[in-house]
Amino acid sequence: MPEGDVAIRIGGAAGDGVTSTGEVYAIACARSGLHVTTYESYQSVIRGGHVWFQIRAANEKRYSQGDTFQLLIGLDQQTLDVHAPLLSAPGGVIHDNDRHDLDEGILPEGVQSLPVPAQAISMDVSGKPLMQNVATLGALAHHVGLDLKVLHGSLAKMFGRKGEEIVKLNETVAERGYRHAAKQHKPFEFALRPNGEGRLLMSGHESLCLGALAGGVKLVAQYPMTPASGIMHWMAAHAKDYGVLVKQTEDELAAMNLVIGANFAGARAMTATSGGGYALMVEATGLAGMTETPAVIVEAQRVGPSTGLPTKTEQGDLQMVFGASQGDFPRIILAPRSPEECYEAAWRAFNLAESYQCPVFILTDLYLGEMWRTVEPPDFQVPIIRGLVAEDGGEGYRRYEITESGVSPRAFPGQAGLMFIAGSDEHDEKGELISDIRAGLPEYVDTRTRMMEKRMRKLETALNEMKPPELWGPEDADLTIVSWGSTQAAVRDALEILKGTGITANSLEFFDLWPLRVDEARRALEAASETLMVEGNYTGQFHRLLRAETGIALGHALRKYDGEPFYPREIVAKAEEVLRGR
Amino acid sequence: MAVEVHVIKSDTKPTWCPGCGDFGILNATLKAVQATQLDPKDLVVVSGIGCSSNLPHFLRSYGFHGIHGRVMPVATGIRLANPDLTVIATGGDGDGYGIGLGHFIHAMRRNFDLTYIVMNNEIYGLTTGQASPTSEKGMVTKSTPWGSIEWPVNPIALALSAGASYISRGFSGDPKQMATLIEGGLRHKGFALVDVFSPCVTYNKVNTYPFFRERVYKLEDEDHDTSDLLAAYEKAHEWGERIPIGLFYRVDKATYEEEEPALSRGPLVKQPLGLSQEQAEALIQEFR
Repeated sequence: MPEGDVAIRIGGAAGDGVTSTGEVYAIACARSGLHVTTYESYQSVIRGGHVWFQIRAANEKRYSQGDTFQLLIGLDQQTLDVHAPLLSAPGGVIHDNDRHDLDEGILPEGVQSLPVPAQAISMDVSGKPLMQNVATLGALAHHVGLDLKVLHGSLAKMFGRKGEEIVKLNETVAERGYRHAAKQHKPFEFALRPNGEGRLLMSGHESLCLGALAGGVKLVAQYPMTPASGIMHWMAAHAKDYGVLVKQTEDELAAMNLVIGANFAGARAMTATSGGGYALMVEATGLAGMTETPAVIVEAQRVGPSTGLPTKTEQGDLQMVFGASQGDFPRIILAPRSPEECYEAAWRAFNLAESYQCPVFILTDLYLGEMWRTVEPPDFQVPIIRGLVAEDGGEGYRRYEITESGVSPRAFPGQAGLMFIAGSDEHDEKGELISDIRAGLPEYVDTRTRMMEKRMRKLETALNEMKPPELWGPEDADLTIVSWGSTQAAVRDALEILKGTGITANSLEFFDLWPLRVDEARRALEAASETLMVEGNYTGQFHRLLRAETGIALGHALRKYDGEPFYPREIVAKAEEVLRGR
Repeated sequence: MAVEVHVIKSDTKPTWCPGCGDFGILNATLKAVQATQLDPKDLVVVSGIGCSSNLPHFLRSYGFHGIHGRVMPVATGIRLANPDLTVIATGGDGDGYGIGLGHFIHAMRRNFDLTYIVMNNEIYGLTTGQASPTSEKGMVTKSTPWGSIEWPVNPIALALSAGASYISRGFSGDPKQMATLIEGGLRHKGFALVDVFSPCVTYNKVNTYPFFRERVYKLEDEDHDTSDLLAAYEKAHEWGERIPIGLFYRVDKATYEEEEPALSRGPLVKQPLGLSQEQAEALIQEFR
């Protein structure tokens, strides 16, 4: 890795404190003014198993977790055996040699053993072995050159709710680890420049929750499912202070229908789930489409099919979300690329849902949703656009009035003189059914056609609010790397690496996926000399959509479906392969 | 201003078969709404799919005619968004006790303040005559040509177990009593079930008007104590020669809406949208 760019990895069994250790370190780096990106690999077990957490800190903005790591904290034997050979020099392994044996023969050249008597320190300070991970954290802080005071502050943030005494003990343990390391080895010359100008550290889903609050969310209905549960947890913890009603429902069928009911009554409501849960929401997605009721759905993708790999990431649900539910109806799909864009997608989703009276999806994934990154402070003054609403007592009100834009005025229960029935059956402008005794009568055949066309016109109107793909990097390039959503992270870092290889590449990034700005997409693809589509699924779901809509076949594809996020080097290698073959 | 029946009755003519039990339920519902003097703009009638689920179209109130089996979550969403609204949920036995059974149980245990009228005809009508979850054992239908081998769901016993706070049963042949039961449900604070024997004159040749007329008796005529849970259970299991109708059980307990902290400031639909500067700053501190 270049100067001023260091990744560390912490590994252990679930229950060893891997996550909290990593979180404190990430907070300390963010508070030091460094740019932080993270990736945690965890398993679907509560205790035991193997967890590892990679945290990358850099002087300049980075997007992905990075390809290499220089320091390893091994909290168990498995971590030492599995991860130590993967380290990059210069670097080292922080471990407790009273508890585990590090086979120095497996260490790459320039990587050293950095033992810390972590358990002994924890026992000595607190009488318990529980804080051994904090002792290793102290050692880590020394090796990367973090200020001990910043580490103390980060421990206080993490453990503050457990009381001052616990915080004090943690600080003492960390300091002992730090001093031990200082005697043993001088800090590595990583050239990190902590500047004390603290940065905000958050996950994509936390950022999404902030965006939803800014956008006026009033109700969140959800059924637990990794990796979407964090949204419910965060919202529940903030529900009282921010006036949000959080309802854990009996299943996802209920969650989606409840959100539709709440939106029908006039409250901004959303749900969040993963692919398996969304499968249950499919039937009600069409209900929102037919009754023209707004609904915001966060679909946080994980590995499918079926239960798949619950704690692993993928971009495999686009096709399901795109085609979910019988018949044609307008839907909007946003696929934020970064935590910052999760924020924006959330408040935009409510505006779009109410403006166009249709389901709006925010397609995230485990990688984007759960991994912490430093972000720029969000702007809390966001526009709130509620769309067309009828005035009380309007004569001859027609809820589904045929208009040029396709958008008809809504009315909310409680408004005088506007009573109507929202129906899942086909209906006329007033909302009266044409599905039973009117079906097939010539007059109503025509009504069906006109109602269908009215609804579908909303998509054309909404297109004006959709954003075209962004071209990042030089306009003229040997290679245009095409991606959507969270894959931006690895692609952008790959571009940095490619700069040093003599290949000029740029990145064409899609984030407002539907309705698609086809003209801009086509122009961008036509301007590219060679294209490489990078996405996290087997069949190339976006690749096919892009070809269907633009008529342009992309040159090459890099697809991944092993559950792991893309790493920049994988994209670099593919780019080199593509251009070598030219 | 008195609300008359003609004000809450819409111009849309019901599409039910002549003689269908659902007519009686519609009339009883109109009467009950009139009796409570509810302003129709504050009433939402929510339904699922099936013959009976067309009912919202016959009232001049707000309505939501959703999808099969999902009446409860839609009705719940409306109540939670705006508890100032009165919500009547309705549908058939297939909708509520079949495909929607899970939602039904959870809505009762949460004690949402709404009234659920189930037009129970012990058959699937709109799909032309298959067994329903309340079809009797041995019943011959299109899907059970040699007789159903399943025991039926007992909605009243189920409601008693699940924690509904107003549990009643009516009969389309007695619209007067039914109107009283629905009115009681509307006035009751909490989950009110009104299960109604509503004969399907086309597809159910067993549970007909005469079948029920010969068997039903009114609980209020027999000194039944509606606060006695165990007595209600016993009555719920009476079937055969004598079948009870009327109010089985009623209890006062807190509703979900009353206990939900987010509603303590008033209906969600009346709260300001977005964040104040102070709130925004407090949130940002969490991420430093």
